[in-house]
Amino acid sequence: MSSKDHRTEIVQSIHSKSIKSISGDKFFKALVIGASIYALIMVALVFYALTEGSLPILFKEGLHFIFGTDWNPVEGREAFGALPYIIGTLVSSAIAMTIAVPISIGIAIFVNELVPGKIGTVLSFIVELLAAVPSIVYGLWALFVFRFWLRDYIEMPLHNSFGNLSVFGQTPFGLDVFTAGIVLAIMIIPIISAVSREVIKSVPHSQKEAAYALGATRWEMVRTAILPYGKSGLLGASFLGLGRAIGETILVTMIIGNAVGLSAIPMSLFSPSQTLSSIIANEFNEASGDLHLSALIGLGLVLFVITFFINIIAVFIVSKVTKSNSNLRE
Amino acid sequence: MNKENKDYKSIIQDSIVKNSKKRKYINKLITVVLFGCVVIAIIPLVSILVDVFENGSAAFNLNFLFLPPGSIGSNDGGIGPAIQGTLMIVGFATLVGAPVGVLVGVYLSEYASFSSSNRRFAYLLRLFNDVMTGIPSVVIGIVGYITIVLALGSFSIVAGAFVLSIIMIPIVARVSEETLKLIPNSLREAGYALGVSKWKVVWHIVVKGSKSGIVTGIVLGISRIAGETAPLIMTILGTSLFFSSFNSPVDALPLRIWRLASQPYPSAHQQGWGAALLLILIVLSLSIVLRMISQKRGFQLKTAT
Repeated sequence: MSSKDHRTEIVQSIHSKSIKSISGDKFFKALVIGASIYALIMVALVFYALTEGSLPILFKEGLHFIFGTDWNPVEGREAFGALPYIIGTLVSSAIAMTIAVPISIGIAIFVNELVPGKIGTVLSFIVELLAAVPSIVYGLWALFVFRFWLRDYIEMPLHNSFGNLSVFGQTPFGLDVFTAGIVLAIMIIPIISAVSREVIKSVPHSQKEAAYALGATRWEMVRTAILPYGKSGLLGASFLGLGRAIGETILVTMIIGNAVGLSAIPMSLFSPSQTLSSIIANEFNEASGDLHLSALIGLGLVLFVITFFINIIAVFIVSKVTKSNSNLRE
Repeated sequence: MNKENKDYKSIIQDSIVKNSKKRKYINKLITVVLFGCVVIAIIPLVSILVDVFENGSAAFNLNFLFLPPGSIGSNDGGIGPAIQGTLMIVGFATLVGAPVGVLVGVYLSEYASFSSSNRRFAYLLRLFNDVMTGIPSVVIGIVGYITIVLALGSFSIVAGAFVLSIIMIPIVARVSEETLKLIPNSLREAGYALGVSKWKVVWHIVVKGSKSGIVTGIVLGISRIAGETAPLIMTILGTSLFFSSFNSPVDALPLRIWRLASQPYPSAHQQGWGAALLLILIVLSLSIVLRMISQKRGFQLKTAT
């Protein structure tokens, strides 16, 4: 009799515990899914807020907002065109990419293939420390140290010897699209080289060994096995860097010279300019009316759309490459 | 005839020898050029560190760390409110961003691959997460302005923390997912074989087992948001007063550096360097800690994306 009691007690306790753990299961699952939905809502919020905030300016200016070149927030004479800032963004990012891509890929190859082992790890750690430096510190350094150095040792000599070419035509002051491009390059080198290292690492060993077996030197192995194999991955890495360069704000604001309107279209490497993000940072707190504010939010929308597509392309390329290569390796 | 044949042979041999010399030479040349790339990348880092330490350490003293800014152009006062503001904003942002990010990582790694509709949702989530890490922070700042600042009617620490948490979530989620996936399936199955329910397996075995990886993700997120300037311009505005309420402007280190750098006074620049030194010490020590955790655990950390 009493043993039966014990049994029912135990059975009951097991039963109630498993019910409890089932509700725990449901609760935990709901928590996890809730967090995921919250994360997606944040994405939707970004879309919604930017579109809603820029509706007034889009209704008023229409396509002229994208292709217009004048920028006048004075009441009664308002005109807002984003073209100069789009061009400024593209030019400064192009300068940055021209310098950063070859150097970063060079670093990735050197660290991964030419000095493998401890030295490579240490070198890549040092380069990646650059990625940890906040952009405001880059900005401070560029504003008070680097721009004078750049002006005296690079810009002035270029201007003095090739000044008759319009690219080097303007007298350099150090606060221009060229300086912005160079400092952006310094900033995105660690990003591109870190992703490039991933890509190079995912090249199958058999490819490298095949090249060595044919008597290739190290560089020939890199040229014939790694570069063709990692081509699209390296492209994706560069796109990630491009996205960063286009969106960088505070650093560019400090050194690009902050021209407004038509004069923000850089006529030479040494002319001051303005990017989409830098004009937002410069004018947001001083916006002189709802339309001006809406125009700045509209610039944010343009910036968002550009970086959104660049990042989607980059994500697709990089994930496709590393996935297919890792399948091959197995 | 025979002689001619021998000639050919020696010519070919000569050319191979010459050619291989040339190839070895090119190999060396390229090695030097690529080493040059590394040096070019390291020079700015050294220059930044040297300049920040040299100029910044001169500004360092107790008053500088604890007092509010003095009158503009004067040498007295400090960056107390900025330090307090940064600690508070980053703290609040982490309170939201870290748990949400970790839970999203848990979902992606443990719950997402069961049904096809789940998989589609997870695919979207992962894609948007990846894209969100690349969206300029200034854009997210605008979103904070529209949704929080306009709704509350004032710049506030709430808006700043909200914006930074949006930036932090995808970073933490990404690293969490990757480290959770490193837990071998046999451990999960061992849990199930003992009759442990799913959430306990996930929590006690998978999550607790990758604790240091998750901490790595959170620290990485913190070091990223601690240096953000642009999104704070339109959310917390900056002030020279200490924190007083949840609906008034606050200050933050990066923002203070920016304001100091745009003043025309050498004393302000000096203080800017000092604040930059403090910021760089915080961020660099975080990333060195990160590196140590991740190396001890033997997993790779993707700092870039």
